[in-house]
Amino acid sequence: MPAKPVPEPTPETQPFWDGCARGELLLQRCRDCGKPYFYPRPICPACGSSDVEWFAASGRATLYSYVINHRPARGFEEDGPYAIAVVELAEGPRMMTNITGVPNTPEDLILDMELQVRFEQRGEMSLPVFAPAGEKQ
Amino acid sequence: MSRERGTIIAGAAETNAVGKLPDYSVLQLHLEAAVNAVADAGLTMRDIDGIATVTSPGPVQVAHALGITPSWMDGTAVGGTSFLLHVRHAAAAIRAGYARTVLITHGESGRSRVGATPFPRGGSSIPGQFEAPYGTAGPTTSFTIPVLRYMKEYGLTHEQLAYVAVAQRKWAARNPRAMFRDLITVDDVLASRLVAYPFHLLECCLVTDGGGALIVTSADRAADFPKPAVHVLGTGESAETPMISQMVDFTESQAFRLAGQAAFAEAGITTADVNHVMVYDAFAHVPIYGLEALGFTAKGEAGAFIADGNTEPGGRLPLNTNGGGLSYTHTGMYGMFAIQEGVRQIRGEAAAQVPKAEISVVVGNGGMFATSGVLVLGHERR
Repeated sequence: MPAKPVPEPTPETQPFWDGCARGELLLQRCRDCGKPYFYPRPICPACGSSDVEWFAASGRATLYSYVINHRPARGFEEDGPYAIAVVELAEGPRMMTNITGVPNTPEDLILDMELQVRFEQRGEMSLPVFAPAGEKQ
Repeated sequence: MSRERGTIIAGAAETNAVGKLPDYSVLQLHLEAAVNAVADAGLTMRDIDGIATVTSPGPVQVAHALGITPSWMDGTAVGGTSFLLHVRHAAAAIRAGYARTVLITHGESGRSRVGATPFPRGGSSIPGQFEAPYGTAGPTTSFTIPVLRYMKEYGLTHEQLAYVAVAQRKWAARNPRAMFRDLITVDDVLASRLVAYPFHLLECCLVTDGGGALIVTSADRAADFPKPAVHVLGTGESAETPMISQMVDFTESQAFRLAGQAAFAEAGITTADVNHVMVYDAFAHVPIYGLEALGFTAKGEAGAFIADGNTEPGGRLPLNTNGGGLSYTHTGMYGMFAIQEGVRQIRGEAAAQVPKAEISVVVGNGGMFATSGVLVLGHERR
């Protein structure tokens, strides 16, 4: 069976993936306008400043939207229908993720439910996923 | 727009057939569409001095295969809306004097994949790092993600979403070239298998082979062609996001809205002037987003507007009258076919012709709400 896709870091994203390996979800923030953002890049998308910094996000998020995929991607064949979700981080930015620790069904995945980041090992990389807040890791 | 600066679509044609064409390569689809469009305009290849198409095969390959030596070319490739942008860019080039007669081609072996470029799988691209690891597998798994948020915010029901496919099938039933022509019900849609909840198979577009081409030239030549001129009254384009997760607001397409505003402003029209609309429908929610973004309904009301019959045969705003990507054809980059139907309606030669089609608006999507082009087409100069 083919393996699930593994992210390949690039220089501007390397700190993010290094953070994941340590169990930290890192975001970037503009030191001029103060806005946090995701995905990693060296320019603030809100004001164009290059004066940006990394910081550790809280890992808290809410479920913004999702689909439950019935035609699995390569490597996901054994998973059964799985949710491809977008979460809204407590700090504001949104990111795509998978939802763990809860059945991936419409009945169990309620929009705006509170989530907490977890890290899933994927090859040699650590991938941020989200579980319902309060669930034991 | 001043008389000197207007542009027209003087020729428009699709490949001889659309659907399952395993004996055609991608290039061959481009070439057949080009030959048909040039003939439709009563021209020869020697009259063409500008070329636009997506990569691949790209404008150099298409021009060379047709024996065209272009003085202007455009290889804009921003997804299925690219051909609407080609029309816009061609109009600008013609005004600038860079080209006189532009050929725009589309050909895609979306179903049979003959001579087609493999889908890229780069793990170091931004989507490769931040979307693909979560099990995305093409448009069904990403273009679809916003709709649950929309449903929660605006109360769109599963039945209303399904009805988009029902309404468009009514148009397809009148189009002999449509792949699916049998009428369907909401129950049929909801009983079709789940592809990516909440989307069922019948709420997802076809995957087909086919092509189309256009001839764009200046409006001062409007009387020189065998078919009625279709005036390009307004155009717009915009880009929003390379990844669905970064869409500004999951309940609306900013790219549709900005491209639409630009096109309406250039044409000097409002929604009240529009008799016919094409909205790129890769999935059933996209026409809902399109109607709202261009102001044909208020926010949150397009689902009910369609379910109430306003966009189907006999309705006051005919929408996707070829049957759309859901029932007519969808090669992967459907925008060319949306333009073709807009042209046919303005000319009065559509299979499901709507009465008084004087202004047609074509709303294109590229990627997954990534980009948009909008065209306002009319039967006379305004």
